[in-house]
Amino acid sequence: MHIVAVVRLVPDLLEEIQVNEQGTDIDREWIGVKLCEFDDHALEEAVLIKEATGASVTALGLAVEGIDRVLQSAVARGADRAVKIDCGEANLDSRAMAKLLSEALPQLKADLVLAGVQTPEDLFGQLVPFLGALMGRPHASGVTGAQVEGSAVHIQQEYGAGRAARLKLTLPAVLGVQSASQPPRYVSGTKLRQAIQGTKIETLSLTADPASSGTVKEMRRPARGQGAEMIDGEAEEVAGKIYEALASRGLLGGK
Amino acid sequence: MSVILVYVEAHDGVVAPASLETLAGARQLADGSGGSVEALILAADPAPLVSQIVGADRILAVAHPSLAAYLPEAHQAVLVETVKARKPDLLLLANSYVGLDLAASTAIATDRPVVSYCMAVALAGDVLTTTNQVYGGKIEAIAETKLPAVAAVNPGTFQGTAAARPQVETIRLDAPAALGNLASSFVEALKEESGDVDITQQERLVSVGRGIGDADNIAIAQALAKALGAEVSASRPVVDAGWMPKSRQVGKSGHKVKPKLYVAVGISGAPEHLQGMRDAGFITAINSDAKAPIFDVAQIGTTCDLFDLLPALTERLNTRNA
Repeated sequence: MHIVAVVRLVPDLLEEIQVNEQGTDIDREWIGVKLCEFDDHALEEAVLIKEATGASVTALGLAVEGIDRVLQSAVARGADRAVKIDCGEANLDSRAMAKLLSEALPQLKADLVLAGVQTPEDLFGQLVPFLGALMGRPHASGVTGAQVEGSAVHIQQEYGAGRAARLKLTLPAVLGVQSASQPPRYVSGTKLRQAIQGTKIETLSLTADPASSGTVKEMRRPARGQGAEMIDGEAEEVAGKIYEALASRGLLGGK
Repeated sequence: MSVILVYVEAHDGVVAPASLETLAGARQLADGSGGSVEALILAADPAPLVSQIVGADRILAVAHPSLAAYLPEAHQAVLVETVKARKPDLLLLANSYVGLDLAASTAIATDRPVVSYCMAVALAGDVLTTTNQVYGGKIEAIAETKLPAVAAVNPGTFQGTAAARPQVETIRLDAPAALGNLASSFVEALKEESGDVDITQQERLVSVGRGIGDADNIAIAQALAKALGAEVSASRPVVDAGWMPKSRQVGKSGHKVKPKLYVAVGISGAPEHLQGMRDAGFITAINSDAKAPIFDVAQIGTTCDLFDLLPALTERLNTRNA
């Protein structure tokens, strides 16, 4: 049983996102990147399955700046192998990445592929349904837990508003993870240092094909509506103004 | 003349509101381009769904026992076969969890481009122009996609329900043979563990987001909630981190709430969160990033440090209460 967990670096949304000079993409020159939070959960679920079944886990990412540390961190969290795909492209959209992975995964002989359900950049579609359809494998997004039993994986898929279902997918399968069965684990500095020193990152060289997607004509900050009336000042002053705003509208409850 | 196919999502025999909105949008697009709308319904027994479809010129109904409950593989098989057979210019789906399964996979299987997170859609000739939410709602993209194409539309993009068409034809389509040989199966519907509080029924909510920083800090939000006569809810990252139970989650993957007062604490306002709370009566947002989208839907807001502000506001309320 071999699980591949896909790890992707995405812009850190806690930072300010600027549009480039041409107005057709974000400015990637200075933006901070971080592991996609849903991939973080996908990796955790992969390690949880490993702990339950003895499966092996490979963390797989594109060879971009910063990926080595993400892969080393994945090993520190329990992945057995770290592989990066060198395709000469740093900015693949999800469709092109799915095409690339559909070529890489047979080499890795994956029974189960886990990736985050979406990234902040999936304008032209998401990786998991692309990959499932390309490889002719059953796939599901919105997964909130996965348990491997024999030649199948049992998953929980959520639909919002408290609705969810349990489904059974025959392996090999591809899952888009919304959240892991448990929150992603903390990795100690010692473990991370060991992984940094001890992990041999393998490289696969493949050629990426551009995907047939639409074209971005413009990126911009959303036009702000009237927006909130902003209250500035020290905490006590702001608290007083919020109190008055709520009291004057009869919104205060409690005693 | 363009043909727009709408994939209709249904749960427990009821067409999803997001699909009714999508049908209304398809109707507007078709009327504007002299086209027609086809609605695809999939069920063990489509009859109860047929009567709920509004805005389509034709209803395509596929019946099969494996369509009794939603199963991604089964729905993808039917949708792909239907698109191949009917060759619509545009396939529209609601950008729901089901839409996440089906839009991109159908695009691959039918060799079409797909565009997601649409919040405005226009058709001109063979070009689909969309406005799309990306980067957590901090950026919007204007994209052009050549038809034939697939588009997943955010709930709330199209308003209202389409007017009923005078003569609606219902066409029964054969279920694809693939439904007899699926590699996946539906096991059971899961009920959310009922929490101690139903957040959809509360008049006041203090909702905590990633900005709260740590599970231990939720106590200051709980203190504020107590002083306000509110309950505490949370955004998805807080629930995913295990700091709050799922039953308290607001947003696309949680619950839609409509309290009289919603105090958003350390919540940036990702589109998925806004979907769940934007109809609240009065929204107060506390977030350190003045450009956070939460301030677009809030009536009042502040960038004041929440760790200073929440205790101060709690004290102010408790002074009143005393």
